[in-house]
Amino acid sequence: MATEDRTITPFPTGLWSQPQPSVPPLGADEPVQRIRVPASLRYRYNPGTATTRFLRGLQDKKIEGEACPSTGDVYVPPRGMSPTVGLPTTEQVEVGPNGTVSAFCVVHIGFGVNAPPTPFVSALILPDGGAVSLYGTILEIPIEQVRIGMRVEPVWVADDQLSTSFQNITHWRPIDEPDVAPELLKGHM
Amino acid sequence: MPDEATGELLEAPLVIEYPFNRTTGPVIGAFLTALRERRVLGITGADGRVICPPVEYDPVTSEPLTEMVEVGTEGTITSWSWVANVRDGQPLQQPHALALVRLDGADTSMLHVVDAPSPDAVCTGARVRIRWASEPEGLITDIAAFELTGES
Amino acid sequence: MRDVAIVSVAQTHHRRRVDELNEVELIQPVIHEALEGAGVTIRDIGFVCSGSSDYLAGQAFSFVMTLDAVGAWPPIQESHVEMDGAWALYEAWLKIQAGHADSALVYSYSKASPGDLPRVLSRQLDPYYYGPLWPDSVALAGLQAREMIDAGLIDEKEMAQIAHRNRTNAESNPFAQVKGSAPVDELLAQPFLSDPLRRHDAPPISDGGVAVVLAADDVARRWAERPAWIRGIDHRTDSHQFGSRDLTTSPSLALAAEKAGATGSFDVAELHAPFTHQERIATEALGLGADVDVNPSGGPLAANPMMAAGLLRLGEVANRIMAGTAGRGVATATSGHCLQQNLVAVLEGEK
Repeated sequence: MATEDRTITPFPTGLWSQPQPSVPPLGADEPVQRIRVPASLRYRYNPGTATTRFLRGLQDKKIEGEACPSTGDVYVPPRGMSPTVGLPTTEQVEVGPNGTVSAFCVVHIGFGVNAPPTPFVSALILPDGGAVSLYGTILEIPIEQVRIGMRVEPVWVADDQLSTSFQNITHWRPIDEPDVAPELLKGHM
Repeated sequence: MPDEATGELLEAPLVIEYPFNRTTGPVIGAFLTALRERRVLGITGADGRVICPPVEYDPVTSEPLTEMVEVGTEGTITSWSWVANVRDGQPLQQPHALALVRLDGADTSMLHVVDAPSPDAVCTGARVRIRWASEPEGLITDIAAFELTGES
Repeated sequence: MRDVAIVSVAQTHHRRRVDELNEVELIQPVIHEALEGAGVTIRDIGFVCSGSSDYLAGQAFSFVMTLDAVGAWPPIQESHVEMDGAWALYEAWLKIQAGHADSALVYSYSKASPGDLPRVLSRQLDPYYYGPLWPDSVALAGLQAREMIDAGLIDEKEMAQIAHRNRTNAESNPFAQVKGSAPVDELLAQPFLSDPLRRHDAPPISDGGVAVVLAADDVARRWAERPAWIRGIDHRTDSHQFGSRDLTTSPSLALAAEKAGATGSFDVAELHAPFTHQERIATEALGLGADVDVNPSGGPLAANPMMAAGLLRLGEVANRIMAGTAGRGVATATSGHCLQQNLVAVLEGEK
């Protein structure tokens, strides 16, 4: 076989351009160049078995993950599978309620109708006993004092507002416990 | 957001919405500009047939197409089916025909709806005319629907 | 060209709605069963590819979540197509042909039950000319059926016979959703769903999934007693513009069949023709004789999990070859409305 020719040829000229069409004369108004075509789709969502158990636990102010049958790691929120071995998780394990900040950022441009007033702290919180972190916001502390390793507790809605929803936890706030060394949080985000 | 429990199962409504703002390019843009003026344009394909609604590249040879021509606002049904179960967003909110209509002067058909009282009123070959939207916006829905002219 | 074969197939019992499971829980047992069927674990697999569509359940990045069912740790080589799993299989086949893997796990699944599927499928359409009209998928298929009826290529009785034959075949398929059919004259007495289509002309809406293991050369011979060798595979597409197509034929299906070498005799054909009139288009495009056993599984008229029904056809042919009940088979997969895009695969057992 002859030596491979590895020359990269330049793109043919005019590749990215589109010729202008010849158009019968149209009125004087600005021609249409964009259209707005919103799309809306409605679903009836089922969370599945594992997430259902998790949501029911939240209604009782419990954060429940599920343990990997092979390593014992507790995944929360659970999806019914251990992602490292692809086997079903069936053993429910309560974690937290307290946790440790494993990562955070300060949000200056909020998005979505439910975003808290900016700036606010968006964080990953490793619940005690869990292998992976939960997402939450951190309030009741000046932003400059938030740090990785900080100990926090969840703040729940009033008892008569509890439902099968992750929004039962409105935010997390610091508790008076010594920080956890960041090296101990490796692999748990 | 509270979920409704259905026995053991949980269920929640989920709505996914996208605003979608799209650029049209020169060919589709010209077609929609003409629609806004209650006129319809097609485009001449590589083999000379008039394609309507117009496309930017020939469906067989893929070469860019550039010659746009005006076609009529009346045409013939080349195929149809009956929409008994109307859904959100459809141009007509009562049962109607979904149809392929070949406008006079075009060689291909346009997909749209035909306002008809029942499936018995519709047939392949029936003549239809455009019913224009009262407030055109430069969208395919400036054609509000097609109406039967009464001939076939 | 390397010899690549399907060596294991597993599928769910397809149902109208699987409310109690999410997509991960739905597909995991199937993936597990397919791997066990080949006597391997995910560590033995060189490449993973899945086919699914987030729009079906309204679940963004659902295909990322379903990797939880695979056990993707340490990290694996994987890919995804927002299409029927038959195209995921094609990508995996290419990966193996390129020498980047000797085996692959291919899976696809659908949970269409949370949404209104005929409406969701309108999002596949041209966003300028078709999408804003929100046409439902059944009415669109009806346009194609009407063209065939007008041209004298099929009539409602033949369509009902196709429905009857497929669903009767499904009685022997433990995974099928719609098993058995009323007699043809009873079917014809039913009202139209979307004139000219009646309910029996349309596929069911199904939640379900399928997983397949591919292997090359001697790996295939180790993993299966009788591998189903992919002798040819190709896919083509027709124009998206309905109005400029002759909807009574599918040139893309015929061309894909030609390029895949789908000529000669077949013991079995599994055709991804979701509507009854489309089976006629498919048998014509493939030039199938009356002696071929068409859709012994019941085909998509008996179970139609979106994004999986095409891969299922390849799986069903492979199953029969691996069981020794068929020597040579052809499977098709379709994508888009009115048989716009098609894939054809020819499968054979070792002589």
